[in-house]
Amino acid sequence: MSDYSVKTTDKDHAHGHGDSGHGDSGHGGHEMHLKLYWGIGAALIALTGFTVALSYIDFGTKERNIVIAMLVAAFKVCLVGAIFMHLKGEKPLIWKFLYFSAIFVAGLFFLTLLAASDPIFGTNFNQH
Amino acid sequence: MQIPHEVTARPDTGLYNSKLGIWLFLASEVMLFGGLFSGYIFLRMGAEPGYWPHGLLNVPVGTMNTAVLIVSSVTVVMAWAALKMRQFLQYKMYMLITIICGIIFLGVKLSYEYPQKFDHFGAFIRKDSLSKYEAYLGNEFLKSKNLDPRVEISGHLLDAPKGSPYEAVAKKNAEHFKHMLHEEGIGGGHGDGHGAQVQVQTEATDDYVIQLDPANARPTDPANEAPSFLPKKQTMMTAVVKAADVENASMFVPRHSPYFAIYFTITGLHGLHVLGGVLVFIYFWGPGSKLYQRNPEHLANRVEVAGLFWHFVDLVWIFVFPLFYLL
Amino acid sequence: MATHAAHDAGHAAHDHGHDDHHELGFWKQYVFSTDHKVIGIQYAVTGLLFLLLGFGLMLAMRWQLAHPGAPIPYFGKILASLPVIGQHFPNGAMSADGYNEFGAMHGTIMVFFGIVPVAFAALGNFAVPLQIGAPDMTFPRINMASYWTFFISCVIMLGSFFVPGGAAKSGWTSYPPLAGIADLGPGNHPFFNGQTLWLTGMVFNITASLLGSVNFIATIIQLRAPGMTWMKMPFFVWTQFITAILLLLAFPPLEAAGIFQFMDRVFGSSFFMPTGLVVNQQLTQWSGGGSPLLWQHLFWFLAHPEVYVLILPGIGVIAEVVANNTRKPIYGYKVMVGAIFALAFLSFIVWAHHMYMTGMGAKVAAFFQTTTIMISVPSVILITALMLSLWGGSIRFTVPMLFATAFMPMFGIGGLTGIPLAFNAVDLYLHDTYYIIGHFHYIVAPGTIFAIFAGVYYWYPKATGRQMNEFLGRVHFWASLITINGIFFPMFLQGMAGVHRRWYDGGGASLDQLTYKLAGPVLHWNQFMSTSAFLLGLAQIPFIINFFWSIRNGQKVGRNPWDATTLEWDAPSPPPHGNFDKHIEVFHGPYEYSVPGAAKDFTPQSEPVETSAATRPVSPAPAH
Repeated sequence: MSDYSVKTTDKDHAHGHGDSGHGDSGHGGHEMHLKLYWGIGAALIALTGFTVALSYIDFGTKERNIVIAMLVAAFKVCLVGAIFMHLKGEKPLIWKFLYFSAIFVAGLFFLTLLAASDPIFGTNFNQH
Repeated sequence: MQIPHEVTARPDTGLYNSKLGIWLFLASEVMLFGGLFSGYIFLRMGAEPGYWPHGLLNVPVGTMNTAVLIVSSVTVVMAWAALKMRQFLQYKMYMLITIICGIIFLGVKLSYEYPQKFDHFGAFIRKDSLSKYEAYLGNEFLKSKNLDPRVEISGHLLDAPKGSPYEAVAKKNAEHFKHMLHEEGIGGGHGDGHGAQVQVQTEATDDYVIQLDPANARPTDPANEAPSFLPKKQTMMTAVVKAADVENASMFVPRHSPYFAIYFTITGLHGLHVLGGVLVFIYFWGPGSKLYQRNPEHLANRVEVAGLFWHFVDLVWIFVFPLFYLL
Repeated sequence: MATHAAHDAGHAAHDHGHDDHHELGFWKQYVFSTDHKVIGIQYAVTGLLFLLLGFGLMLAMRWQLAHPGAPIPYFGKILASLPVIGQHFPNGAMSADGYNEFGAMHGTIMVFFGIVPVAFAALGNFAVPLQIGAPDMTFPRINMASYWTFFISCVIMLGSFFVPGGAAKSGWTSYPPLAGIADLGPGNHPFFNGQTLWLTGMVFNITASLLGSVNFIATIIQLRAPGMTWMKMPFFVWTQFITAILLLLAFPPLEAAGIFQFMDRVFGSSFFMPTGLVVNQQLTQWSGGGSPLLWQHLFWFLAHPEVYVLILPGIGVIAEVVANNTRKPIYGYKVMVGAIFALAFLSFIVWAHHMYMTGMGAKVAAFFQTTTIMISVPSVILITALMLSLWGGSIRFTVPMLFATAFMPMFGIGGLTGIPLAFNAVDLYLHDTYYIIGHFHYIVAPGTIFAIFAGVYYWYPKATGRQMNEFLGRVHFWASLITINGIFFPMFLQGMAGVHRRWYDGGGASLDQLTYKLAGPVLHWNQFMSTSAFLLGLAQIPFIINFFWSIRNGQKVGRNPWDATTLEWDAPSPPPHGNFDKHIEVFHGPYEYSVPGAAKDFTPQSEPVETSAATRPVSPAPAH
């Protein structure tokens, strides 16, 4: 279970999660975590500004610009996932399901693109 | 009958039921948006040069909405943490901020961003007629710079061919346009004078009269190629486009082009997700919060689960924003 | 109805945890029930009715193929008198539109409204929580929502037959641009027309599947009884688990595609509409710039895993029935579990073998050809393991076992005829011929549907407390087995001759005036196949009688009429709300039959070990 550095007053509750490994060690810990959430929020807003700023810089080709913007977006997504969604330290079971959907999404993207980029003859339907 | 592990975790999996449930649901959501984004990629890759527009959306507004969603993500996780620390009032406050952020996001979309599109008109010019509209398209210049051609003339519609579904809109815009002219004391257009005759009172013609966007008004301006942060102001220049030269013309609605089709589909579905999240939060903030008296841990779990969904909605927007607004 | 459901949900939310102390009223007990067994039975009845409807559509088509243009006897008059449908049946004979409509709806109904609801939702809902020793599904109210969402999709699909223009006519695959322009002309409603309602119905159907599959996975992970470790789960539970994962991850892209096509039809966007589309010599209103191929990719990204959604629950049922009736453990339990994992994984990367005809380049074709051949390996492992399970068993040929034994060769024929289709070069010739039709029908009809029958006969005593009639069951089995082969086997002959699946006149108005010369030598099979189909319909009558008659008149049974080992047989028949009346703990693997030294020839999972470790058999049974 997620992030139990947040102090809990419910004794029953603390029971069930002794296995989370990084568990309920700190009474002072929760202050830090609340600060962490705000910090990550600030970082995300800063990165949004960064993405906007990057869009004014031409990195050569359109593809390169897109890849760079997507890398920044991916980094932001990692932050949201790891901290807000508590994926950092999440149970392996959940990771397994996410691995599967990540693989299949990647397959969907990659294989449709591969198919689109390898026609026998001009099967581009968009000639205006 | 009580279902086991509704509130406390099952020891061997370490999860309570609804947390596993929401993650499974999110896995399927990943596939749903994966399908939608693969549609985006497919359409964009397949688009002929010039047919995939950019710079049409309002970047400051988009940036602000992104920030609003990020703030709401922080507050929802704070609301959960407050419940974990059994600080009910703090929970109420953070949850309220989250709800307000969600409503702001939706409000901006529905009251500003979408209506602005519905109000904007674009006409794709037939390939064999492109040269006739060189003054608005600047394709010689773009070709010399090795840039994609421009194939569309867009702006506010001032007059539409008789029988066109846009006649009423055009009439309304024309009134507004006349009013503006009057205020600025301009008798006609400015610029190179091409098509600057204001034909707001045409009788039953076969022409579209368009109050031009800056890109069409000054097609050889290098500033068109650089992205602009602030949206460019509508010019007071107009152009007359013969209906026979138009391949396809409509307001900026899904039928206008694949770009707007995918824009409205993805942002619309995303908006529905936001709406769903807001409704759930309103329940947890209002009647649902009574659960706190009986079982605060259960309420904390519910907020955590709804929060996971909310973060996912935020996460989708993180991809939507650059793909549609910036690139 | 809706207000009632909302009230129900709200009520349950309020006094959470202490309901069920009072008697539930009729509506909450049988209609808006959250009990997984009732929901399973609701799914079963709805799904079986849809199987019957889909079968009826097919009978009308088969009549038309055998006797092109001739009025359908008896039923033709009824069809002609129905509103809207009647327009497609002038004088009771099937028109081309009627053929397209029935064909598209036959596929849709059989796959999404018949087999998946019965094999996955019904059997799974009923048996999975019982087999893992759970009191119910993890999210009972979501389970109820799943059924009622499915019910809405059923109403929409059935309703679409009666809107102006009739139901969808673009095939169950709904390929654009044809599906994009269908039913949009004058005389059609912009929203209430066949194809748009098809898309709407599918979105509801997909949502129901997603709700169901989340529930299945969470139940299997979270609610296993103490001692029920992963490798002690019955194989049926494994197949349901994998099926749920396939549904969870493969269906959303189709939902995305359905939304795209909905946008194309209702809002005039061009996701799938190519530039310059001309219909009836007129340029269409679509702006163009879209790609019809995008639909095919998204559709088959679902629809290939869907094939395994159709067959895996069937294999699970067969494994249960085979172990129970051979009185020995199934052969290679662990390998079979591994095989279905491999199957599930590979099924996501083979989809474009449905699209060899789309002008796909050699690189892509080679990739999909390779993965397709790879996926035959786990399939063959499964069927081989089931076959080997028969070896050395003292087989009881009960009715479920008859269906299970027939399943193996039938599934084998279906699978082996698929291997040539994996190869691009062969597929280009056989694409869209009756060979394909024969191939996949062998898998789903005498394959999955036989497995469904096996499951119904097997779990009927648990659901009702009474046995189905043995004699009627045997009549049903033998008649079905013979006639079903009479329908599908000639399809291979016709297909290899080149008979195309979309010829609504069966290849020629009559044998004298052949439209397609190549069909000549094999056309006479149409009469044979159509007669077989009609006889197959008759063969279902004993089943229908048996199904309803046995509810009241079947032989009463106790908890464990089949002497089975899995946990569902520890519950009373029928099980009460909450399932078990005693503490359930699991001590063994699922198929401890004929354990040497044991007092009886089956050792239920819930019974503590009786034999000492030394006398335990060295068998392919799962280790603990």
